[in-house]
Amino acid sequence: MKKKKDYIWILSILSIVIFAGIWWFCCDVLKLTNSSTLPGPATVVNTFIKKLSSSAPDGATLPAHIFSSLKISLGGWALGVIIGTPLGIFMAWYKKVDLFVRPIFDLLRPIPGLAWIPLMIILFGIGITPKIATVFLSAFVPCVLNSYTGIRQTKDVHLWVGQTFGADDTQMLVHIAIPTALPMIMTGVRVALGAAWTCIVAAEMLASTKGLGYMIQQARGIYRPDIIICGMIAIGAIGAVFSGILSLIENAIVKGVRRDG
Amino acid sequence: MSKEIIICENLNKTFETSRGSVPVIDNVSLTVLKNELLVLFGPGQCGKSTMINCMAGLEPATGGSVLVGGQKVVKPGPDRGVVYQRMALFPWLTVMGNVEYGPKVRGVPKKERRERAQHYIELVGLKGFENSYPNQLSGGMQQRVGIARAYCNEPDVLFMDEPFGHLDAQTRYLMQEDLMKIWEKEKRTIVFVTNNIEEAIYLADRIVVMTNCPTTIKKEYEIRLPRPRNYVDTEFLKLREEISAVVDKAL
Ligand SMILES: Nc1ncnc2c1ncn2[C@@H]1O[C@H](COP(=O)(O)OP(=O)(O)O)[C@@H](O)[C@H]1O
Ligand SMILES: [Mg+2]
Repeated sequence: MKKKKDYIWILSILSIVIFAGIWWFCCDVLKLTNSSTLPGPATVVNTFIKKLSSSAPDGATLPAHIFSSLKISLGGWALGVIIGTPLGIFMAWYKKVDLFVRPIFDLLRPIPGLAWIPLMIILFGIGITPKIATVFLSAFVPCVLNSYTGIRQTKDVHLWVGQTFGADDTQMLVHIAIPTALPMIMTGVRVALGAAWTCIVAAEMLASTKGLGYMIQQARGIYRPDIIICGMIAIGAIGAVFSGILSLIENAIVKGVRRDG
Repeated sequence: MSKEIIICENLNKTFETSRGSVPVIDNVSLTVLKNELLVLFGPGQCGKSTMINCMAGLEPATGGSVLVGGQKVVKPGPDRGVVYQRMALFPWLTVMGNVEYGPKVRGVPKKERRERAQHYIELVGLKGFENSYPNQLSGGMQQRVGIARAYCNEPDVLFMDEPFGHLDAQTRYLMQEDLMKIWEKEKRTIVFVTNNIEEAIYLADRIVVMTNCPTTIKKEYEIRLPRPRNYVDTEFLKLREEISAVVDKAL
C-alpha cells in the first residue's frame, strides 16, 4: 500500500515535467514563437536566477519584490482574519449583532477587493496603506462568511447536550459552536489568504513602486516577457506554498472530523 | 426504594406551526420510581421523543407539569441526562473529552473528573479507547460513549431516546445485555424509549404503551420476569404477543 502511494506521487511531478517539456519543445525546438514574445523555459530559468540578485531593470531584486508583496498581503490578511472571523461568529450567534451588521455587510460583500483600489488611492495615495486596506477588505469577506456559515451548522442535538449539562450561552458558543465551525473557519482563512495574495498582485499593477505586480507591470512596459513569466512563477509558487502550509495547520487543528466526508 | 422521582401530571404538548396547532401529547399522567427502568413503548412518530424532551426540559409543556426530584421542570439541567439515538457525540472531542464534558462544565477539577470519566468508560467496556475520536468507533461503541457521558454527570434520571435504534440486530442484542449489566452495577432511574417490543420486554421493570399521535397512555405492564431475560422463553413470548396486540400500528 505504502509503495503504491509513493509511486502515485510521480504522476504529479510528471505533469510539471511534461508541461515544461512541451513549452520547451514549442519555443526552443519548433520555434513557434519569437523568443522575445514567448521565451523558452531555459531563458526564463536564466532570468530567474539573475533576478535573484540583480535589481535591473525595475529597481529591485526578485526577493525584494517578493518581500514587499508578502508584507502587505500577509498584513492585510491577518487583519481580515482577526476582525472578520470573530465578526462572523458573533453575527451567527447573537441575533442582534446580525441585524445590526448584516445590511452593511450585504452591501459591501459583492464589491470585489480590486474595485476598492481607486477610492483607496484617492484616500491614502499610493503608499502601503491603500494596499493594506484593499487586501484587508478582500480577506475580510470570506472570513466573515465562512465563520458565519460554520457557526450556523451547529447541531441542535449538540446544543441540547450542552443544555442538559448546564452549559451557559457563552460555554455553548466556546465549547460547541466554535468547534463545530472550526473546519469552515479554517477554510475561510485559507480562501482569504488566496484572495489576499491575488489582490495584492493586482493592486501593485495599478499603483505601486515595488512588489511582484509592479515588477510584472514594469517588465511589460519594456517588453521583457521572461521577467513577466518569472514573476508569474513566483506568484504561483508562493500561492501554492501558502495553501500547503495552511492545509497542514488545518489538519493539525481540526481533529476527529474526517475531511473527505 | 419505591420513591417517586418523576411525576408527570396531565402533561400536554401542542406545537404551534405555520400550518396550525399540532397536538402531540394528550394528557399524560405518569410516575417513575427511583431506580426503576421504565420503557416508553409506542409506534414511530407517536410523540415519544417529545415526551422525553418535555421531561428533560428541552421543550416546554403546554399544559400540566413535570416534577423531577420534587422540582418543577422548566429548563434542562444536570439532574437529568439524555442519551440520544445517534450523532450526539462531539466529533471534535476524544472519548475521554466527551465523557468528562458534563463535570467539566460544572467545574469539577480535572483530576477528579478524569478519574470519574475513566470509571464510566471502563463501566461501558471502552477501556483502551479513551483517546479515540468518535468517527473511529463503531455505532455500538459510539452509543456506549453516549451512555458513559450521561452517567458521568451523575444525574438523578437518565433518558434514553431509542439509543439502539439504528444499530444492527446483533449489536443491538449485545447492547441491551450490556446496558442491563451496567444498570445492575450502577442503579439509576432510566426512562428508555423504544419502538421495539423485544427490547422493551428485555429491559423493562415496567412498560408504558403509548398510542399514536396525539399520544396518551394506552396500557401499562409490570414485567416481573427474572433477569437476565431470555428472548425465547415462553413467558417472554407470551408477553410479546400480548403487548403487540395492544400497541397501535405506526401511521
Ligand atoms: N418541533 C416540532 N414542531 C412541530 N411538530 C413537531 C415538532 N417535534 C415533533 N413534532 C411532531 O410530533 C410528532 C411526534 O414526534 P416525535 O416525538 O419525534 O415522535 P417519536 O419520537 O415517537 O417518533 C410528529 O408527528 C412530529 O411531526
Ligand atoms: Mg423519536
